[in-house]
Amino acid sequence: MDELLSLTVRQALFALQHGSVSSEELTRACLEQIERLEGKIHAFITLTAEQALRHAQAADARRLAARRHPDEPLPPLLGLPIAVKDVLTVAGVRCTCGSRILENFIPPFTATAVQRLLDAGVVIIGKTNTDEFAMGSSTENSAYGVTFNPWDTSRVPGGSSGGSAAAVAARMVPAALGTDTGGSVRQPAAFCGVTGIKPTYGRVSRYGLVAYGSSLDTAGVLARTAEDAAILFWQMAGFDPLDATTVDQPLAGWQIPQPEQLSGLRIGIPREYFLPGMQPEVEEKVRSAIQTLAGMGATVQEISLPHTEYALPVYYLIAPAEASANLARYDGVRFGYRAEAETLAELFNNTRSAGFGAEVKRRIMLGTYALSAGYYDAYYGQAQKVRTLIRQDFEEAFRQVDVIAAPVAPTTAFRIGEHTDDPLAMYLEDVFTLPVNLAGVPGLAFPVGFDRQGLPVGMQIMAPHFREELLFSVAFLYQQNTAWHLRTPSL
Amino acid sequence: MQSIIIRGMTLTIEEVEHIAELARLHLTEEEKVRFREQLSAILDYAARLQQVETEGIPPTSSVLPPRSRLREDEPRPSLPREVILANAPHPYQGYFRVPPVLE
Repeated sequence: MDELLSLTVRQALFALQHGSVSSEELTRACLEQIERLEGKIHAFITLTAEQALRHAQAADARRLAARRHPDEPLPPLLGLPIAVKDVLTVAGVRCTCGSRILENFIPPFTATAVQRLLDAGVVIIGKTNTDEFAMGSSTENSAYGVTFNPWDTSRVPGGSSGGSAAAVAARMVPAALGTDTGGSVRQPAAFCGVTGIKPTYGRVSRYGLVAYGSSLDTAGVLARTAEDAAILFWQMAGFDPLDATTVDQPLAGWQIPQPEQLSGLRIGIPREYFLPGMQPEVEEKVRSAIQTLAGMGATVQEISLPHTEYALPVYYLIAPAEASANLARYDGVRFGYRAEAETLAELFNNTRSAGFGAEVKRRIMLGTYALSAGYYDAYYGQAQKVRTLIRQDFEEAFRQVDVIAAPVAPTTAFRIGEHTDDPLAMYLEDVFTLPVNLAGVPGLAFPVGFDRQGLPVGMQIMAPHFREELLFSVAFLYQQNTAWHLRTPSL
Repeated sequence: MQSIIIRGMTLTIEEVEHIAELARLHLTEEEKVRFREQLSAILDYAARLQQVETEGIPPTSSVLPPRSRLREDEPRPSLPREVILANAPHPYQGYFRVPPVLE
């Protein structure tokens, strides 16, 4: 069984195609691993074991039937088990968003990103834990309990896609979907030692992604290798008539790169991403990874993204402002939890007060204030203008370099409870991931070493809009020459 | 306009109550005290944005190039009523039921 669990997406697909493993065997192996470790990790909110086995058996039957018609192409991911973060809808499967307010919500439609993977043949094992409405950096804000980091269960897995990151790190699934509004794919990927892609804004449909910050939300993939993340990403990406922010330009796709592709690639190191207060080992491992890439032919130069320090206050005004509008829909009338009330006003107040957790209330309050009469220009308006300056920093940088490399977070995984009483300290964990969302560019996180305590260190690389293939190539070639991504936590 | 943000600003309990009312949240006394403290700290941190010169800088509302895309106005079936009402906490004869708005 260990052999099945250690298969990457690419290896699993190869094995499925050649009949050396069945989807049912793979799916059972995942479910057994979840059974064995879920008490320790708590990566899932909802498991869809029976449905997954039925779908796996159907995939096997289809593959068998296709042997008689070898010319008919099969869906490319047929029979591959994956997990989905519980903020993306799957029709008929409860979608909680980590919130009590959606405890019994059964969505009648499937998110486009998920549907495209289903059309490509994946088998969904379950819905993974998340900070409530994806608001958090540790998965401690879930109404369904915390997720534990597989490398050290006294520590957080990062967030908000902490369930997906922990599930992939603990070999419960070969890949999982996440979402990234301010770092929620990349930071948990870094904390759990896996690879995570945050796509360009507009690249992957958000239809069926429960809205948090609409000008920032993206859906991405967490997997064990850059190649695996790429395989799923290209199936999900592309124009969707159901999401007006998706861009209808042809998808170039991605080919396995030749090692020569790194020669002459210009990597920029932003000086603002190496702060005096950060964990020295994070800087050390990231700089050493950049040296590795330089050794493979890349050229490295220091650059500046001068408005980086403003990304945090800009984000924590814009995202809560958008959240306060998006979450107005939870009123106890049409779906979700409903509190007892005598009047309509009481119904709204009681439902929302009992249904939302502390962090969601905090962000709704913050956003409501930032948008309220008399404060709009000073807070939201000013934040939107500074956002323009942050975008321009990236545009300027990408005139000088092809990709930017930096740490994902200032520290490795912190302890459970370490920041729960101090929201500002928690927000500071996002300082290196937020600018990418504000600029809308793609970012990819992958492991580049371990600290003295055995915790993974992640590096992120960033590229111009719609250049995800560059990110996959750089990370793929790095992973061809290193073995950090192959390490497994002992559980 | 922008001078209303002052470093070291603290929200009053009345302001916290006002924001909660706008957000349709009912806060306990303890929550009011805690949110007052935490929101004040976050807003104080955000005040550093005032240092940035943004004269003549356009706001970013979307990172995508501005464009509007229209689709054909073709009638299509929507989700059936019973599917929508399946998630409603208090459906009533094909409707969403709420407490009285007016007595």
